[in-house]
Amino acid sequence: MEVLLFAVSAALSLAGGVGVVAARQPVHSALSLLLVLGSLAVLYLTLAAEFLAVLQVIVYAGAIVVLFLFVIMLLHARTPESRPSRVGGQWSLAVPLGLALWAGLSSAALQLPASARAVGPEFGSTEAVGRVLFREFLLPFEVASLLLVVGIVAAVVLASGPGTLPSAPPARGREEA
Amino acid sequence: MSVPASAYLLLSAALFTLGTVGVLVRRTALILFMSIELMLNAVNLAFVTLARMHGNLDGQLAVFFVLVVAAVEVVVGLSILVHIFRSRDTVDVDEVDLLRG
Repeated sequence: MEVLLFAVSAALSLAGGVGVVAARQPVHSALSLLLVLGSLAVLYLTLAAEFLAVLQVIVYAGAIVVLFLFVIMLLHARTPESRPSRVGGQWSLAVPLGLALWAGLSSAALQLPASARAVGPEFGSTEAVGRVLFREFLLPFEVASLLLVVGIVAAVVLASGPGTLPSAPPARGREEA
Repeated sequence: MSVPASAYLLLSAALFTLGTVGVLVRRTALILFMSIELMLNAVNLAFVTLARMHGNLDGQLAVFFVLVVAAVEVVVGLSILVHIFRSRDTVDVDEVDLLRG
């Protein structure tokens, strides 16, 4: 059962990954990314990380992909890469380099011992993760909240500022800040 | 855990490689962002797998913080992207070359 679940989810996530890289339209890339995120959430469930699986669906699939789709909608998605690239031969270089990277990472992964430690049913539950988060990781948690505030403020500033970034005169840009 | 941990790690390596290739070959800035998300998710999968292997929750907490950083990165990056599109009418990273020497 678990093997079947792993095989299906792994195949779906790999297909989605290829779709992200190879799709011509950004919309198709975003939907492929959604497929990857969903199948990774299933894999998290098989790895006893139920809290993260829920978080993955809510934050990634629910917020980030929707944000991508909104931006694609704003930009009309009329961005075909029809013109040949200025730097030629990217595919022919990138594929061997990617294969080399995968070989290196895989050889490192295969050197690990295969035995997994037995864990109780509460491992990875919201309660267990929350206990570690608010005891040992309290300071990083607070710093993360600060980072989120910075992100919100930056988004509001960038979205509401008049004019455009590269062509705006520098003096006006400074007044903005 | 009937599936060996190395299978999960191989999948994670493959997804990371796909993301890297995407960053190398694509020129639409939106798809570059999605490839970066793909790499982040590959690393998250490795974190969760190793956390399960060692029976230690610290890896899952690392994934939690990666999620936070990824959300902020996407918000700021996409708003910069919308600005670039408004001023230059393109999101092709080859066209945005003001800093080119």
